[in-house]
Amino acid sequence: MVENRPYRDFFAHAVLITGVLLVAFPLWVTFVASTLTFDQIVTVPMPLWPGDHFFENYKQVLTAGSEKGSSAPVGTMLVNSLIMALSIAIGKISISILSAFAIVYFRFPGRSFFFWSVFVTLMLPVEVRIIPTFKVAADLGILDSHVGLAMPLIASATATFLFRQFFMTIPDELAEAARIDGAGPIRFFIDVVLPLSKTHMAALFVILFIYGWNQYLWPLLITASESMYTVVIGIKRMIAGGDASNEWHLIMATAMLALMPPALVVVLMQKWFVKGLVETEK
Amino acid sequence: MAMEKRVVFKSAWLPYVLLLPQLTITALFFFWPAAQAVYFSFQLQDAFGMTSQFVWFQNYVDLFKDSHYVSSFKVTAFFSVMVATCGILISLMLATMADSVVRGALAYKTFLIWPYAVAPAIAGVLWAFIFAPSIGIVTYFLKQFGIDWNWIINSEQAMLLVVIASVWKQISYNFLFFLAGLQSIPKSLIEAAAIDGAGPFRRFWTIVFPLLSPTTFFLLVMNIIYSFFDTFGVIDATTQGGPGDATKILVYKVYYDGVKAADLGGSSAQSVILMAIVITLTVIQFRYIERRVQY
Amino acid sequence: MAEISLHGVTKTFGKTEVIHPTDVTIDDGEFVVMVGPSGCGKSTLLRMIAGLETTTSGEVRIAGKRVNEVEPKDRNIAMVFQNYALYPHMSVYDNMAYGLKIRKLAKDDIEKRVQRAAKILELGPYLQRKPRELSGGQRQRVAMGRAIVREPAAFLFDEPLSNLDAKLRVQMRLEIQKLHRELRTTSVYVTHDQVEAMTLANRMIVINAGVVEQIGAPLEVYDNPASLFVAGFIGSPSMNFMPGRRAGDGVDVGEGLVIPLPPEARAGAREQVTVGVRPEHFVAGAGGGGPVFRLHVDTVESLGADSLLHAGFNGTLLVVRIEGHSTPKAGTALDVSILPGKAYFFDTATGKRLSA
Repeated sequence: MVENRPYRDFFAHAVLITGVLLVAFPLWVTFVASTLTFDQIVTVPMPLWPGDHFFENYKQVLTAGSEKGSSAPVGTMLVNSLIMALSIAIGKISISILSAFAIVYFRFPGRSFFFWSVFVTLMLPVEVRIIPTFKVAADLGILDSHVGLAMPLIASATATFLFRQFFMTIPDELAEAARIDGAGPIRFFIDVVLPLSKTHMAALFVILFIYGWNQYLWPLLITASESMYTVVIGIKRMIAGGDASNEWHLIMATAMLALMPPALVVVLMQKWFVKGLVETEK
Repeated sequence: MAMEKRVVFKSAWLPYVLLLPQLTITALFFFWPAAQAVYFSFQLQDAFGMTSQFVWFQNYVDLFKDSHYVSSFKVTAFFSVMVATCGILISLMLATMADSVVRGALAYKTFLIWPYAVAPAIAGVLWAFIFAPSIGIVTYFLKQFGIDWNWIINSEQAMLLVVIASVWKQISYNFLFFLAGLQSIPKSLIEAAAIDGAGPFRRFWTIVFPLLSPTTFFLLVMNIIYSFFDTFGVIDATTQGGPGDATKILVYKVYYDGVKAADLGGSSAQSVILMAIVITLTVIQFRYIERRVQY
Repeated sequence: MAEISLHGVTKTFGKTEVIHPTDVTIDDGEFVVMVGPSGCGKSTLLRMIAGLETTTSGEVRIAGKRVNEVEPKDRNIAMVFQNYALYPHMSVYDNMAYGLKIRKLAKDDIEKRVQRAAKILELGPYLQRKPRELSGGQRQRVAMGRAIVREPAAFLFDEPLSNLDAKLRVQMRLEIQKLHRELRTTSVYVTHDQVEAMTLANRMIVINAGVVEQIGAPLEVYDNPASLFVAGFIGSPSMNFMPGRRAGDGVDVGEGLVIPLPPEARAGAREQVTVGVRPEHFVAGAGGGGPVFRLHVDTVESLGADSLLHAGFNGTLLVVRIEGHSTPKAGTALDVSILPGKAYFFDTATGKRLSA
């Protein structure tokens, strides 16, 4: 520190603690609500200390869903979310690392065309091409399926760019040494590039897992049967009536279940998460 | 973009095989749908989707004559400016503080980044619950202060709600980038300014903030893109565009007109306009990065 | 083991010719150093021998066979890179064994070769470590070990010592010499450091701006530089150059001093002649015979055994090396003369040595 002024330090901590509390407040209320009964919640004001219906509420949603709204068990939804998040993360990483390798380590006719065609996809979020994409999925017969949930979201320019950027930092001499050692492109990819890319794959995985888990609009359109719902969609379907008639204790339990897996990934894999976030976007 | 490898492998077929998966998916789910959106935007379909005719720019003309669409533009502009400004200011404040404290920086970071993991739709549900008109805990507190809170019927309150939920989710993102930006400023620079006699505020405005301006600009663009598209979940889980059209941002209207109202032509024309906006934003972003790299 | 030869080899990037037609033959078992300033094309030449760079025209032969179209891995060469190019995720052992595994050598054969190289390079205790756990010198050795285990026809070294600190560089230089004495493998070594070139080479190739200026044994090049460039580049501190003008059978270098041209240099001498004298070829007083230079001592660097005087003469600053304990003070005047036969004459316009 440049100066040693205790009151400035105190001010900084005060601001940060306020920030942390404000940020955490909705989470706390959600958690508390998920441990109460319906009647406790609709008695204004609801208590701000957890009640004793934790196991009851969570067991109810995991196995049987809500009572008045959607009755699909949240357990199934979590599995669907997991399948979708994993397929998107693994799928994106795989196809991106292959195409980045091709673009960086080969010269071939059409190279810059391919490069730019991947690049342009940066500019087309799912949201703007939602209806025609839905039609494509319908024509391919992948509506209301796991394939349909994941596949259209697998193409990604950002992951390709990240890998390209990283490959550019691998010293040329390494590839030359490999060439002199007798390794062809595939061997070089498997023996050298893949092991060196481990940290980048881990960082991307965290970001893409969260991205996949949190998808909303696409699953909303493409899923029809309750057995295909992801948890983020499922919770929306539980909110049926007016605000006092919703089964908030169950909705909040579901919300906790929906946000815990990605939040845990962020907190537990913080190093990878920060690396992935800062590097994919810059 | 100019950087190239000196070393390359030679193969007539391998690069194409490696690119095939990505290209297939890109073509199927990006280019084809985008082209379709453009194509549909020139078509007029009858109510049952049985016949369609080519109408040139009629859909676009209709859109800009439609007061709902124009109002959606205004709503989006207001919404995105609010989300970007509030999000950036709050995060900059928190990041500056986190950068300045010696103890507990990592703990603060951990407690501030987790909302990134929350889906926008879930964020919407959380905030809708604590702000719920009849049972919400914050609604209750507001009532104690004499404020009557009901976002279901009050337009301004509905807007405020979606802004709060959207900013809340985005703070962690901005915070991390600001913190990284702050940490990359050499400490010697701050020390030199302190020796020159600049106090903390002066140092912040004359040294730290200018050096952060690339980060701030980057975040500004990213926050605008975020508020244009990713906030769909927030809105659908809370106000659903209401009351009236008060929170119906452009992307929500695309969805609403295309899916709920089944107006393919109009919705496609809106998609095309949105694409044009994203492309402009992305180009600005890249222009800027390029220029920065040159210096 | 093999002979390497270049026949009219050129390299063009776009429109610029970075290597002008070059003919060189490196004998079997010889240690040849290519030396020149950075960007002179020496690394490009080496990379063309390795097959990492294509030749624009001309022919590269290894062991008498044309290899222009042969892949690097099939040229039977091994290369040591400046940044070592060790595979960061592999152990020392695997780094050395990788090329052999690809070549599908038997496991015990690989083991034998790696152990032998490890013994020569004293890497035994480090075989299971990762490159990042090694010091710069140890990494350098692993890079050499990777070359040795291949038992190639030739070693190619691309500035292998540039990333080491000064002390380590001296030590590794000696080790490379020793290694070459033991293995007698044809070696081509690229460096910008003329000391490395002088100490390591059987023969050195001095390159400037894509042109081979001179090829010869180190002392031969030192004693008989073929051009201004070579004269200035080889030797430390550099040779002094004095611009001069032809005056009858001598060269007028100013202040009324005329240095006589040796008979064999007279024919080629035109109007502008540059006279070169190495710092160590001045003697105090008139002992050298010939004209006496009155120098104005500007700065003195005492190195112990000898001293370097930076002294002005007719507007140029000359460097003079004299014995270390009879050093004149800065600001005084000093008379020196040139040892007999140690003045070099160059055509100022072409840079070529006269009479050489």
